[in-house]
Amino acid sequence: MRKVAVVGAGMTLFRRRLQETGKELSFEAARMALDQARMEIGDVDAVIHGTAPDAFDGVHMKGEYLLDGSGGRRKPYMRVFTGGGTGVFSAIAGYWHVASGLADVALVVNEEKMSSCQPHPQSVFAYIWDPILDRPLRPNLVWIFAMEMNRYMTVHGIPYEDIARVAVKNKRNAVGHPCAQLPDANITLEDVMNSEMMAWPVRRLDISPPSDGAAAVVLASEDVVRKRRLKDQAAWIKGVGWCIDSTMWTDRDLVFPEYVNRAAKMAYAQAKIDRPRKQIDFAEPYDPFDYKELHHLEGLGLAEKGKAGLMTREGITERDGALPVCPSGGLLGVGNPIAATLGIKIGELYWQLTGQAGKRQIPHEVHTGVTQAWGDLMQYGCVVVMGT
Amino acid sequence: MTARIPRFPGVELGPKDLESGVVTTVRYRPEAKFAWSAGEAMTRFLAELEQGRLIARECKGCDRILFPPRMFCEECYRPTDAWVYVRDTGTIETYSISYLDTDARRITEPILVGVVSIDGASPKMGMMHYFGEMSKDDIRIGMRVQAKWRAARDRTGSVLDIEYFRPMRGG
Repeated sequence: MRKVAVVGAGMTLFRRRLQETGKELSFEAARMALDQARMEIGDVDAVIHGTAPDAFDGVHMKGEYLLDGSGGRRKPYMRVFTGGGTGVFSAIAGYWHVASGLADVALVVNEEKMSSCQPHPQSVFAYIWDPILDRPLRPNLVWIFAMEMNRYMTVHGIPYEDIARVAVKNKRNAVGHPCAQLPDANITLEDVMNSEMMAWPVRRLDISPPSDGAAAVVLASEDVVRKRRLKDQAAWIKGVGWCIDSTMWTDRDLVFPEYVNRAAKMAYAQAKIDRPRKQIDFAEPYDPFDYKELHHLEGLGLAEKGKAGLMTREGITERDGALPVCPSGGLLGVGNPIAATLGIKIGELYWQLTGQAGKRQIPHEVHTGVTQAWGDLMQYGCVVVMGT
Repeated sequence: MTARIPRFPGVELGPKDLESGVVTTVRYRPEAKFAWSAGEAMTRFLAELEQGRLIARECKGCDRILFPPRMFCEECYRPTDAWVYVRDTGTIETYSISYLDTDARRITEPILVGVVSIDGASPKMGMMHYFGEMSKDDIRIGMRVQAKWRAARDRTGSVLDIEYFRPMRGG
């Protein structure tokens, strides 16, 4: 397979409600990424669009609906959707277009507009459930995360404060992010621990906010990087992996995300990583809830099972710690426009590895980063390793 | 290049912008109705629920008792072999004490909900359901529970034929 680099990235503000349509947001993010890559739409061979459930927008064929905004007109174009995993998976789809040689330049554009759905996007999450087994019980999406968090905490004996520390860290990290929805320089552990109880053990500040937003990255082959003199602004994709477990989530032990672990092993094998904790300098795991950052660090092999909370308590995962985690501010701090989290996952790896992260720049030198996203019924994981 | 970009696109709207009408919105309420076939496995499962019983499928390929039942084994990727009754007792694997209803509206009396692994099925195989006859202070992972069935005349062939799982007497 050919080497593939990220050579430009862009994103819009992440906010509870934005005036722009999904097409307009897609255009803004994609235009920014192209400008940074010093390219025009004519230089792009293929476009990959990532966006989550159609029900948020009330428009089926959402990929087709958004394609003019994402630059896909009259090009090889596809929409990918792997639930919350779309934020990283669309970049994997872009990667295989370029790595295979089918395209020299691929534009990856992710968009989400959750605010269209009234009164709250939570209402349409009701339609993800099995209609016969689960739906008669009228489940709320927060319930299943509460159940997973409880299983994880209780089996390992993790104190709640070690989980709440993740929310504090990420909302503080987000202060340096120009697009952030919920940055908070002064948030304390007590603020999180005393916030409104939603579904025990999940409190309000353990959860990332629903958002509108878009993000984009430009992927290019090694030839393109050389010919267009983009080497100084290139970060290389070293390995990709993805995996999904059974939808029968009541038949699995939720204590460990096996599917994330399998996706990580696939990506690490390609990136020639056999000791992740030693070879990976920083991480952007998916953090829609604070416990998920810990759960995913364990799935990624960056923490021993049940020990990620301890790493957080010891400050190892702070931006200036030995293993910075979510230096972007994550979904908890920057916002959670589901697929558009591309901008704080793949985008953050790119900006950190090329020294463009500004106030968020990790103070020590970093050469290898890993990012991961998670979705569907607690069953889907995808992982990308990037390096200088 | 976030350090070099002076302005990021996006015009934020607040509730006042919508209420005052300065921003145009278009409203629509979709109407979509469905009649799902329950399928081979679930048709039998629901019929048994109406009789006050839980049923599973056996897979001889991996020697598992699959619950909820399915006509094929996702592990062996072959048809399952036989119907097997399982018990209406089990163990709480995890739970939540929810102050949110389905539409994320706040409620004051919490819902106890979780996953019960069912006795007679393979380990960790179970279903989501409510818990009752216990308080939020009593519930714990590992608790032994039993189905509280609705009266036979009130059953409809639904997971709701079980009202909730309650603490197992003497268990």
